[in-house]
Amino acid sequence: MKLHEYQAKGVFADAGIPTPDSQLASDVDGAVAAAEEIGYPVAIKAQVQVGGRGKAGGIKLVDDEDEAREAADSILGMDLKGYHVDSVLVEGAVDFTDELYVGITMDRGEGKPVAMVSTKGGVDIEEVAEEDPDAIAKEHIDPSFGMHPYQARKAVYDAGVDPAVARDVSNVLMTLYDLWEQKDGSDAEINPLMVTADDEVIAADAVMNVDEDALFRQPELAEMEAEAASTGDDLEQKADEYGFDYVRLEGNTGIIGNGAGLVMTTLDLVDYYGGEPANFLDVGGGAKADRIANALDMVFSDDNVESVVFNIFGGITRGDEVAKGINEALEQFDEIPKPVVVRLAGTNWEEGMEILNEDLVTVEQTLEDAVQRAVEYAEEVSE
Amino acid sequence: MSVLVDDDTRVVVQGITGGEGKFHAEQMMEYGTNVVAGAVPGKGGQEAAGVPVYDTVQQAVEEEDADTSVIFVPPAFAGDAVFEALDADLDLAVAITEGIPTQDMARVNKRLSETDTRLIGPNCPGLITPGEAKLGILPGNIFSEGNVGLVSRSGTLTYQVVDNLTNRGIGQTTAIGIGGDPIIGTSFIDALELFENDDDTDAIVMCGEIGGEDEEQAAAYIDEHVDTPVAGFIAGRTAPPGKRMGHAGAIVSGSGTGTAESKINALNDAGVPVGDTPEEVADHIEEFLG
Repeated sequence: MKLHEYQAKGVFADAGIPTPDSQLASDVDGAVAAAEEIGYPVAIKAQVQVGGRGKAGGIKLVDDEDEAREAADSILGMDLKGYHVDSVLVEGAVDFTDELYVGITMDRGEGKPVAMVSTKGGVDIEEVAEEDPDAIAKEHIDPSFGMHPYQARKAVYDAGVDPAVARDVSNVLMTLYDLWEQKDGSDAEINPLMVTADDEVIAADAVMNVDEDALFRQPELAEMEAEAASTGDDLEQKADEYGFDYVRLEGNTGIIGNGAGLVMTTLDLVDYYGGEPANFLDVGGGAKADRIANALDMVFSDDNVESVVFNIFGGITRGDEVAKGINEALEQFDEIPKPVVVRLAGTNWEEGMEILNEDLVTVEQTLEDAVQRAVEYAEEVSE
Repeated sequence: MSVLVDDDTRVVVQGITGGEGKFHAEQMMEYGTNVVAGAVPGKGGQEAAGVPVYDTVQQAVEEEDADTSVIFVPPAFAGDAVFEALDADLDLAVAITEGIPTQDMARVNKRLSETDTRLIGPNCPGLITPGEAKLGILPGNIFSEGNVGLVSRSGTLTYQVVDNLTNRGIGQTTAIGIGGDPIIGTSFIDALELFENDDDTDAIVMCGEIGGEDEEQAAAYIDEHVDTPVAGFIAGRTAPPGKRMGHAGAIVSGSGTGTAESKINALNDAGVPVGDTPEEVADHIEEFLG
């Protein structure tokens, strides 16, 4: 789960990290009023959860009211990399001399958190990591003790940060780690952390990604997620409501299965047999009939889908429950909207086959046959 | 005939009074696993699935000589349950639970390095030595006794590949599901080492997926240390960059590592053929076994 910039900045500011004056606005007049109050120049920034907003025209620096009106008008309502812009953050522009990067993330290879500092801030830090990895100083943290101040200092000095601001930057890094830990962050980043001519540091951006699995103990953040969830793909939002792991793709063969590895394998086989996956939908472990019916409802609501392959290998999931769910979902139609191919294996698959209404679906015994059949159906429709 | 588990293994089930815990304790016993106790705080003195329940894992160790734990504890409490298993000095702990917060697992991981207990999982189906014992939720009936070791990050993909093997009459020594989370106990490399040192294992299947660099590291290890022939499978070739595909670990960062392609290349470079389909994996294993 990713917080919006304005939300993350609020969290950072509350913890004592310096941030510019800013206000959220959802219409042009509100944005102009905010700019007048803050004082020009200001940055007007689209609040959508994608990277590279600046390059895509979602961030504009303005010097007066006319420019502010024009910028707010062009950004509000725009489609930014598939996301609708409903609000902008109006923020006092910072006159800076340097741009730093500071961040905390989980190094999965080490199984430990890592703090990172670089003097190459203000740009795509992943590119820096690839082209000039030595430009990012890294310090691994023992999660049972947290970050010691000396570790923050070490990262800051290793990165070659100007000694005049080293102390302030280490303080920001310490605070960032504490937030990351307290809020169950997966990533907490400031890029850029601007340094002014007066040797002050100020967070001009804020990124906070939170571990979805820990939201149960982060009620405040769960509320923020609900607030932020209004943007994005309608189908992915529906998947959230149903509680599915779902990813929408470009193709026309719908895919439903149990278990991430098996569903990914089904996608790969659709591709292997010359088809194009329309989605990834994992019903998870132990799905009951209603969940299976919801999964079919989801995939049918995607207009791109021309056929559906249902691939279940039961362990904890039972074939009879799956068959019941498929019947339930399909018996409500006078005419089945798209052909459905079913492959059932594992726990209770024989009971499932007895229950399954074979007038409504095509049954295949193996994964390979099921995928090939679904791809053929999708092709027939497209021709 | 096995690594890690056999019919002498004495199992305590943490969370045995819950729905999943009870059901799978019974399933494990039906398969022949020696489940000797349950451990659930506040339920000490009761009985579940026909075995005594203790308040703590330590009591199950003292009273029933348990040496292995299988953990069916809800995610909010599962990190603590793993700590308890580690502090009880068991040989093996298997965490089935899906959805344990990553920071909890980072702390577990630190503690793990200070103990002699082996952890499998979390977010895994467990492991099975066909004909002897199973620990976890794997459907026992698809497995068969034989000479192929299998290690996988995905539960259902394990079932699929095992099914392809069993249908051709190829049995397994032990199948280990190591789990799909970013931080796990036993890695591919650990499992490969166990199979390499097992006299009964004549070929190995390794099933990986996108995300992280575990498969690349395993490939380097195979190149250096493994003489037993290995066949691979990598799920997620068609996954788009930047999207999380179910498993917390299954995300492609888009920066050139962790992709299906980089994993397949690394395995091929180490002499490991990677099947395009689960059937092709079985083809490779059949060739190895002659």
